Amino acid sequence: MSEFLPLAEAVDRYVADGATVALEGFTHLIPFAAGHEIIRQKKRELTLIRMTPDLIYDQMIGAGCAKKLIFSWGGNPGVGSLHRLRDAVEHGWPHPIEILEHSHAAMANAFEAGAAGLPLAILRGYIGSDLPKVNDQIKFIECPFTGERLAAVPSIRPDVSIVHAQKADRHGNVLVEGIVGVQKEAVMAAKHSIVTVEEIVDELDCGPNACVIPAWVIGAVCAAPGGARPSYTHGYYPRSNKFYKDWDPISRDREAFSAWLDEHVFHTHGASA
Amino acid sequence: MSEHYSAAEMMTVTASRALRNGQSCFVGIGLPSEAANLARLTHAPDVVLIYESGTLETKPEVLPLSIGDGELCETALTTVSVPEMFRYWVQGGKIDVGFLGAAQVDKYANLNTTLIGDYREPKVRLPGGGGAPEMATCTGEIFITLKHSRRTFVEAVDFVTTVGFGRDGTARDGVPNIGAGPTRVITDLCVMQPDPATKELTVTSLHPGISREDVTGATGWDIAFADDLTTTAEPDDNELTVLRELKARTERHHSEA
Repeated sequence: MSEFLPLAEAVDRYVADGATVALEGFTHLIPFAAGHEIIRQKKRELTLIRMTPDLIYDQMIGAGCAKKLIFSWGGNPGVGSLHRLRDAVEHGWPHPIEILEHSHAAMANAFEAGAAGLPLAILRGYIGSDLPKVNDQIKFIECPFTGERLAAVPSIRPDVSIVHAQKADRHGNVLVEGIVGVQKEAVMAAKHSIVTVEEIVDELDCGPNACVIPAWVIGAVCAAPGGARPSYTHGYYPRSNKFYKDWDPISRDREAFSAWLDEHVFHTHGASA
Repeated sequence: MSEHYSAAEMMTVTASRALRNGQSCFVGIGLPSEAANLARLTHAPDVVLIYESGTLETKPEVLPLSIGDGELCETALTTVSVPEMFRYWVQGGKIDVGFLGAAQVDKYANLNTTLIGDYREPKVRLPGGGGAPEMATCTGEIFITLKHSRRTFVEAVDFVTTVGFGRDGTARDGVPNIGAGPTRVITDLCVMQPDPATKELTVTSLHPGISREDVTGATGWDIAFADDLTTTAEPDDNELTVLRELKARTERHHSEA
């Protein structure tokens, strides 16, 4: 059963140094407030999992939280590169980072398999791609019924998954609306989970087919209004495209990045930047 | 080149014409998205646009800056989870056309969006494959659009992120449950299609005012020209008007946020 906790306490309790952590949210509902709390608490040696690392992982990698990244598309959407990720991959700053690279289809399937309690996911994937040559977690198996060659990847089972959503009710049940990404799968695949929400309400007030994550599969629910900024929360606030563009020059330069981190993450005492 | 339209507009309009009304299209961000939406707003009002964020039958008023912009969800028939997107819709064979861009394309239409140089010590680390690797094998056919230069059109890509016809043109031969792969590549200079026998990209149509030498000079291999080489039809006034309005709306929208 989920517990209502302040975000700082939830991160302190569930995100240990060396843990495997997935912060999900497919362009939408990216849990920036939680990522910043991980940076503030100076968590180290994390294996970070995320389909689209986006700015939040650029910031966490640049801040030195990560030793490994498992991902399928690592860019600044519509703008260009993630320069902190590139600096870590190309020059080892602030320290070298190991990468394990997949396609979106493989990661989506791996999250789903993790949620389903299976050891692996199979998909009709990676045909003709060089990705299996550089990722030893991609294998091929033969279908026992048709003989078709299919790709197999291990399921994703994070130590902790963190997602952001619109709202939770008084019991800690969570409603996700809009682009729902792999958030439900990420929560259900993980040993522990933290869900940050825009608000806590008496009733979720939703239709019977809504994407609801029941309280009893969530570890901690944390109120974090604006917790997805500068990404967006459908029905609450839009994406700040300006910030995504502004991030490009900030992230290109190590000193500018470090100054940004000091001002907007370390000196904000838990308020989301 | 005509004074009435730019090379970029020629490319987008030509790419948009490749889509037929009623087809379902999995849309990549950037140039493919521009072309697919132009098609929807002109000759193909019933084209079904799908983005990898799970938005089905989306009809954005402005072009998305990223694959999961709110605009795509708000104007969609419905939005499904990303696992459903890739399992049921892409792998399930429900999509006629995958529309892709790339950082590099080679003579067998293989795409590289992973890196330049060596994998473990890259010169330039690019974003990666995203949804493209399976889109290229699970959809009926693939259209590719990107600007033409020796930097992008290389004899052999540094890394095959997304297969066209493989390193020797035979990667799809004998593989079950696989689409036709790239059937056309549309640039600001010309249209290329794979040779039916060798699968090497061959120029089938030159845009107005473009010479064979222009294409040869912008291509990193000794590119062949089809025997029945044609000239691409110019954009018409309606296409140009709709495209310009779409781009202006998009620019206004994204500069406000």
